[in-house]
Amino acid sequence: MSDYSKNLTIAERCAIPRQPMPHQDPVERISNFNEVALGWDKDTAVEEAHRCLLCKTPKCVTNCPAEIDIPGFIRKIADGNFLESARILRASSALPAVCGRVCPQESQCELTCSLGKKYQPVAIGRLERFASDYALFEEELPIPDTAPPTGKRVAVVGAGPAGITVAGDLVKLGHEVTLFEALHEPGGVLVYGIPEFRLPKEIVRLELEVIQKLGVRLVKNFVVGRTATVDDLLEEFDAVFLGNGAGAPKFLGIPGENLNGVYSASEYLTRCNLMKSHNFPGNSTPVAEGGKVVVLGGGNVAMDAVRMSLRLGADEATILYRRSRKELPARIEEIENAEAEGVNFNYLVNPVRFIGNEQNWVTGVECLRMELGEPDSSGRCRPLPVKGSEFVVPAEMVIVAIGQSANPIVASTATGIETDERGYFIADDDGRTTKPGVFAGGDIVTGAATVILAIGAGKKSARAIHDYLGDSRWPAEILS
Amino acid sequence: MHTILSKKILTERTWHMRVAAPLVARKCCAGQFIMLRIHESGERIPLTIADWDRAAGFIDIYFQEIGATTELLATLEPGDTILDVVGPLGNPSHVEKIDGTFVMVGGGFGIAAGYPVARAFKEAGNRVVAVLGAKTRKLLICEEMLKSVCDEVYVATNDGSYGTQGLVSDVLQGLLDEGEDIRLVYPVGPPIMMKIISQMTLPHKIKTIVSLNSIMVDGTGMCGSCRVTVAGKTRFVCSEGIDFDGHEVNWDEMMSRQKMYGRQEAVALSHHHEHGACWGGAR
Repeated sequence: MSDYSKNLTIAERCAIPRQPMPHQDPVERISNFNEVALGWDKDTAVEEAHRCLLCKTPKCVTNCPAEIDIPGFIRKIADGNFLESARILRASSALPAVCGRVCPQESQCELTCSLGKKYQPVAIGRLERFASDYALFEEELPIPDTAPPTGKRVAVVGAGPAGITVAGDLVKLGHEVTLFEALHEPGGVLVYGIPEFRLPKEIVRLELEVIQKLGVRLVKNFVVGRTATVDDLLEEFDAVFLGNGAGAPKFLGIPGENLNGVYSASEYLTRCNLMKSHNFPGNSTPVAEGGKVVVLGGGNVAMDAVRMSLRLGADEATILYRRSRKELPARIEEIENAEAEGVNFNYLVNPVRFIGNEQNWVTGVECLRMELGEPDSSGRCRPLPVKGSEFVVPAEMVIVAIGQSANPIVASTATGIETDERGYFIADDDGRTTKPGVFAGGDIVTGAATVILAIGAGKKSARAIHDYLGDSRWPAEILS
Repeated sequence: MHTILSKKILTERTWHMRVAAPLVARKCCAGQFIMLRIHESGERIPLTIADWDRAAGFIDIYFQEIGATTELLATLEPGDTILDVVGPLGNPSHVEKIDGTFVMVGGGFGIAAGYPVARAFKEAGNRVVAVLGAKTRKLLICEEMLKSVCDEVYVATNDGSYGTQGLVSDVLQGLLDEGEDIRLVYPVGPPIMMKIISQMTLPHKIKTIVSLNSIMVDGTGMCGSCRVTVAGKTRFVCSEGIDFDGHEVNWDEMMSRQKMYGRQEAVALSHHHEHGACWGGAR
């Protein structure tokens, strides 16, 4: 035991307040792209770690799709053994430094934290970030031994959260893993979607480096469905995992949506994050900038896009959302960050058409006022239009952030893999598709969801793939 | 990294380049394209695959120097490398035996993009005619290539320095007047040309498939930058095209979307002229 550890009673643990996360000042941060949440020093992390009650049957773990030994890694932080804490995290997750930043802990592990019944829950996510950053930046964690080679080859399609997880878990089990990425950078949504100010790309690069050191072979610029089909892959590999993501932007389908200056959030964020348009013309991908920016939608992606537009010099950045603040699907932390940065929130409005000028540039969004009716199937109140309430929100740029649909490229060139009517792969709980040897998980099965759910799907699939490589069995009920 | 195997200047600002890209060459078909990024801070641009050799593992691309990226590309020499070449992207052109003549109408450097499609229709057993257009004789490209795969090749130049004086649409009109049994027209080139040809064939009810060249970022259907309205519906050129029914395309929207970054393109170009030699590139 180190100097850090204190033997505290439960009452003493409960008395420690939840440690706050220091942030970059909002006025300063909207003129840079650096991370907003600054992270903890050792003392803060140790203090927070002492709040954990170390429950015998920890409820937090049961609500963690990555199956992390949460009390285990927290106890090591309390002991001052940060490297061992990181080792515990890495044993279960290939992306702990990512999850510590972007996972919605408030609806996962922290939701079921026992301390949270009476007090604020332990800040599990911030502790996860602390320990995994420690192993990335302070003291190197040795790469663990992998199981002896099995001689089995697995193709993992898509280097996003699901694919990285599958690749990391299978390579540890001794399989030969090739990770195919369509873009020129691996990471999926972690690099093209989530901005630097919320998730530094260095973090993604370093976590990917770990699985590459474990032996995962990364092939970039390889579009499965085009460069090779799934059927082609099955000639070279014993199993294939499809984690290619939802990957097609949804539009509203209202008049004027193809005017210049109207972006999908995916395009806007890809230009800014992956292609680094903020550095134009030094980086040669352009993006529209400045003026009045309007973002349609209320999820995390909408918050990312609107906050990005402020950093790119928007005079005014506004979220239009058809319900009210309490129905916003974004994480509360991101909503508060956006509010602090000066984003306008215009609630209970629904866009009905885009208005443009003679040059076909967008000049505004015509909207209807909404009122909330009875709860719908999602449990949220259904927004209903108020007749005759049309009004125009002026805009020089509009970003549509209303979700994703299934990208058809992989499915359309594969044989025997069934999709549902919306184009998502049909798979059982462990990711088995209707084609033996082919597994799928993450957004391309569930529809657009969170990083942590994709990681959870990846973990289950990795186990199922490992079993399949052993016994080649494919349950008959999936095929029928 | 993709090595440039050869390059040739065809007109003042139009180039042919042969690039090592074995994975693309192994799989590509007529009508498909690549996304190319020259160096770490470069943009991704789409270019149609004009020819390929599966065994030797290379592809041929043609491009015109119209912006910072294409100007930079033109400065690369055989032996230099291009950082990323991704493909083949887009759907292959639908090629079949048709009951009549296939006419490829090519304008400017679009002629090169039309070549593999004309060849594929010839290989499918069709009568294939090419109508090639250029402002003046010395700007005409790929005539010999087209002659090698077509039954007839006609040329129109604006100044009459070669072939018929006038536009490709004049030649196409001539073919219609002479009673050529045209069943499929494939215009590829500047959007205004594709629009005019599509308008011309509409009253004759001749099927017209156009090869669209939109602004793209990823080229795989992820961003929607390339979207175009076809038959009243938004379609993605990169993942659902690049071939579409020319009679159904909203041309005015398509053309205005191509100009979306006009201002930034000028900025990028002057930046390239000032700093062109400084990129931390592949050489």
